[in-house]
Amino acid sequence: MKNLKYALVGIFFGFVLTKGEAISWYRIQEMFRFEGFQMFGIFMTAIPTGALSLFIIRRSNLRTAEGNPITMPVKKYHHGVIFGSLIFGFGWALTGACPGPLYAQIGAGYLVTIVTLSAAIFGTWCFEYFQNYFPD
Amino acid sequence: MNFLYNPWPWYVVGPLIGLTVPLLLLLGNKKLGVSSTLRQICAACLPIATRAQVLTYDWKKDSWNLFFVFGILIGGFLGGIVFTNPAAVAISSSTVEFLKSQGLNDPKGLMPAELFNWSSLVSLKGSLLMIAGGFLVGFGTRYAQGCTSGHGILGLSALQWPSLLATASFFFGGILFSKFILPLILAL
Repeated sequence: MKNLKYALVGIFFGFVLTKGEAISWYRIQEMFRFEGFQMFGIFMTAIPTGALSLFIIRRSNLRTAEGNPITMPVKKYHHGVIFGSLIFGFGWALTGACPGPLYAQIGAGYLVTIVTLSAAIFGTWCFEYFQNYFPD
Repeated sequence: MNFLYNPWPWYVVGPLIGLTVPLLLLLGNKKLGVSSTLRQICAACLPIATRAQVLTYDWKKDSWNLFFVFGILIGGFLGGIVFTNPAAVAISSSTVEFLKSQGLNDPKGLMPAELFNWSSLVSLKGSLLMIAGGFLVGFGTRYAQGCTSGHGILGLSALQWPSLLATASFFFGGILFSKFILPLILAL
């Protein structure tokens, strides 16, 4: 049951996403059309908050609650970073949801999103299965 | 308690989302990311024979993220149903005008019910938006090895330049599709 705490963090994350309307198809269209500030404001404050927290963690050599070392996230370049992200962007504009909001939309009562999520899971499976055919 | 029902402004939501990054690290050196759970579900639910080679890893070792997304679903329930905002999303009037010009009604709730409903799944329009759209989200995020949370929030917070490329690319893809492809689909 040591994983239960991550469900609590998820509840927090999902609640905040929903209250910020970041799970809204309408907000996503508004963002991609550069007609509103809500989504950009969220990104522009979330990233510095995350960056400052990482800086503090690294600077003070903080450890996890169990006393284990904290490692910094490393994202390596591969061509999928460009091609995959473009494809994801295409889908994001249609569904109005990136993966996090897919789960939140289902919880918020938009049950048909179960289909969208299932399609996303199938898309993930297809990439994993056929990944040798795509430039890495 | 009105603040629980009302939508929250970006300057409240953004920092709280950003704080998820250190929260997960301090709790157990976990890295914020959601698209990895799509892969987890493949690994956990598919019988061995239909799994791709790469899906035969021990998914249980990372099962924390399944708890995390189950929490997101509950969070959506609390924010969207228990403390539901009675008003529709207050998007800008220019976006409302655009959507009206595409034949959509005034916004109601968080998503246009006339597009996202069970019966529209059998139409070309609905299946392109939900099934093809969902497929692209799942395929693309796996190919990119990250989504808005893993690259956009965590990767950028950690000043990882590949995440900057990823974020720029998914915004570019989204802008293109929102501008040129979505109107074609809505016209179907």
